[in-house]
Amino acid sequence: MNKANRLDDCSDWTFDKLESYHAQIKNIAQRYKLDTYPNQIEIITSEQMMDAYSSVGMPIGYSHWSYGKKFIQTQQGYHRGQMGLAYEIVINSNPCIAYLMEENSMTMQALVIAHACYGHNSFFKNNYLFTTWTDADSIIDYLVFAKKFISECEEKHGIEAVENLLDSCHALMNLGVDRYKRPTKISIHDELMRQQEREEYLQSQVNDLWRTVPQKTEGDTSTKTHFPSEPQENILYFIEKNAPLLLPWQREVIRIVRKISQYFYPQKQTQVMNEGWATFWHYTILNTLYDDGVVGEKFMLEFLHHHTNVVHQPAYNRKNYSGINPYALGFAMFIDIRRICEEPTDEDRYWFPDIAGSDWLETLHFACKNFKDESFISQYLSPKLIRDMKLFSVTDDSEVSYVLVDSIHNEVGYRAIRENLAKQYNLSNLEPNIQIYDVQVDGDRSMTLRYYPHQSIPLGDSTEQMLKHLHSVWGFDIKLEQRDDNGEIETLATCPSSTKR
Amino acid sequence: MAHFIDRRLNGKNKSSVNRQRFIRRNKAQIKQSVSDAVTDRSVTDVETGERVIIPKRDLSEPFFHQGEGGIRERVHPGNDQFQQGDKVDRPPAGGGAGDNAGDGEASDSGDGADEFSFEISRDEYLDLLFEDLELPNLEQKETSKIEDYNVVRAGYSSVGLPNNINIIRSLRKSQARRIALTGSKRRELRVLEQRVSDLMNHHAPNPAELNQLNNDIDILKKKIAKVPFIDDFDLQFNNYIHQPNPSSQAVMFCLMDVSGSMDQATKDIAKRFYILLYLFLSRNYNKIEVVYIRHHTQAKEVDEHEFFYSQETGGTIVSSALKLMHDIQQKRYPAGQWNVYAAQASDGDNWTDDTPLCHQLLEHSILPNMRYFSYIEITTRAHQSLWDAYDKLTATQPTFAIKHIKEIADIYPVFRELFTKQSTR
Repeated sequence: MNKANRLDDCSDWTFDKLESYHAQIKNIAQRYKLDTYPNQIEIITSEQMMDAYSSVGMPIGYSHWSYGKKFIQTQQGYHRGQMGLAYEIVINSNPCIAYLMEENSMTMQALVIAHACYGHNSFFKNNYLFTTWTDADSIIDYLVFAKKFISECEEKHGIEAVENLLDSCHALMNLGVDRYKRPTKISIHDELMRQQEREEYLQSQVNDLWRTVPQKTEGDTSTKTHFPSEPQENILYFIEKNAPLLLPWQREVIRIVRKISQYFYPQKQTQVMNEGWATFWHYTILNTLYDDGVVGEKFMLEFLHHHTNVVHQPAYNRKNYSGINPYALGFAMFIDIRRICEEPTDEDRYWFPDIAGSDWLETLHFACKNFKDESFISQYLSPKLIRDMKLFSVTDDSEVSYVLVDSIHNEVGYRAIRENLAKQYNLSNLEPNIQIYDVQVDGDRSMTLRYYPHQSIPLGDSTEQMLKHLHSVWGFDIKLEQRDDNGEIETLATCPSSTKR
Repeated sequence: MAHFIDRRLNGKNKSSVNRQRFIRRNKAQIKQSVSDAVTDRSVTDVETGERVIIPKRDLSEPFFHQGEGGIRERVHPGNDQFQQGDKVDRPPAGGGAGDNAGDGEASDSGDGADEFSFEISRDEYLDLLFEDLELPNLEQKETSKIEDYNVVRAGYSSVGLPNNINIIRSLRKSQARRIALTGSKRRELRVLEQRVSDLMNHHAPNPAELNQLNNDIDILKKKIAKVPFIDDFDLQFNNYIHQPNPSSQAVMFCLMDVSGSMDQATKDIAKRFYILLYLFLSRNYNKIEVVYIRHHTQAKEVDEHEFFYSQETGGTIVSSALKLMHDIQQKRYPAGQWNVYAAQASDGDNWTDDTPLCHQLLEHSILPNMRYFSYIEITTRAHQSLWDAYDKLTATQPTFAIKHIKEIADIYPVFRELFTKQSTR
């Protein structure tokens, strides 16, 4: 081995050492054709890391009490030693901003650079969900705009009013995403320009919809027009565009929350892939560094110690089990895909005829670009991995007194387990499906929402509070119905509740 | 392609706004928690913050989520015993099922799941505790007892010690002086030099004239060189002055009846009142001294522990304590220099013949020296003569206030009532 190239592996880091490690890592990343945004690597203290935590990792955010609560929780957890801080936070922006904590050792910094600045970064740049739904170029500008706008609103309309509105918006945040329509890219200048135009335009549209003078349509009182003509899943969007009493600034605030929710939506759908991808690459890159003789055993032992912690998967019956570790599953899957490409068995050839024996790097890049968790698992989870992880699938039906093990890691179970695990990452199964069904345009302006239960799972106990939030932004009566599989409609709740029928 | 930025020197308190928002939002509960916490403090403990507990339900951020029930399929790792078709007892909720459909994180052991507790800083604590309160009759006392001086820069001076020479200023003055003193000579010099060079350009310069000119030039140059580079009065010195550090100071007298009729519970109530008073004073004064005087038939100055925790028996003569306080105040805390506060706690017992004496002492010798004298009577019985005598005083003396406390819960409200801002009263 070429000892001359060996990097200093003393555990203290310096900026010079960071540069030289980074140069090596970058070199290898390019060898593996990782296509990334430029990196902006920031060294921060643990206090600053806690700040970043409480503002959902974003460098700039508007002020809200819930972030204060998060901060206090993080701070306490950290000071009591109940919880460690993440080694890094990485932001899907261009340039890609990664935070490194100053407490990390040199090995950790190298791990984090490989993980965040090349793993996550290339995922952000290439995965189809991120490229279609988020705009890395403008997110920082947008956050600056949002912070400024909201603080101006606070000055004009009082902290209380803004806070109440934000509370309601945050509550409805999960129901503020478009799942199918592609948002358009826009820069901060356009954003500012358009914001004012939008204000005026929107208000005029709303006024039109809620024209108080009744329009006589001749004759046909029988065919009652339905509004919205199709049920609406993006509740925040619908309210922003159609709520009759909102002031322009309130619409803009709703829009800001909606936009930020939309920005995070891809991350929710690619947890396993994103973490798996980043973990796979820090593992591969640092091992290559070792193979090239750039780092020594001391470095590798420390690295492997951290790495095994990250990908640890406790079994279902262990005390510390809390579901499947996305790092573990994602990492194992990418390693497994590489194995299928490089050393396919007969079983692999039968299950994955199109990738068995193919070029592993190309296959991996293809997988990174074109899937989300759900489709990734149903495409690539192999029988070998199911056996290795000893996965089993359980059905829990509240109608019966037991839970049923319906498949285990055997020949008959592979497909079912793969299907069930994939479903487990399908957000539309996890988040309640609630849509705006009807709005009384001509009558009392009340809004009716419908909940479509998935596998007869009822709504949780937050419903009443949620209707209050809806009521406060919509301004008129809210009714929530449940439509079950046999088409029966049942009223779950109304707000104000006194009008309950 | 990558660059490193050291952000460690940037502010770390990015979240402090959000934290303030959080406190603002939950002010009512935090205030409650703060006033409950007063009980557990030592009188002079003002350095620490306070732990605040808020019920979690008030902090929830609701969102639509799936509830219990229905049919769920989950995949788990690590199968060690199950076969297809096994029917297993449902594991207890929360464990194993890995079902975190938004019911919040299960709390680790330690804090209860239904409470959210956190620390607030000392300043936040005091702000909340004494919001809307102010000291009555606040007056700027003369600051004759000056404790320390700050050495501060005070411009420049032309006299001073050599080690304080300000080089830049001195050289600037020196240059200015040299420019001023040599200006006309240098102007002459330029004229002469011009003439010399004009002559030299002639084919046949007049040697005598040239000589004369060169002579003049030499003389001028010598004159210019004679102006000293630096002179005494160029020197500028950094000037430092001693600025007195005015300190406002207060003394707080705690008077308590420790006769047999005062039990520990009553004393605890009194203690809480003193704590509040001390905390409150410490927000307004840099320096506070506390004098503890306890009395039964005789009065004695004691330390804090003895004050609260030693039991005496016997009758009660309040005037003994008042006299002792007056003596101490006159001797050690002249009213010209000290803001004098006193708080007296008693169960209302007094030897009846002593009461007129108390009235007299207060009215003539004590109250004129006082900022504020508050008397709290901790009793569930009917008032006795002392209360009546004091009550008469309140009508004529604005710096005197009395309040009746029946139980612990009364303390904070009574305290607030005593010190409510004049304008909001």
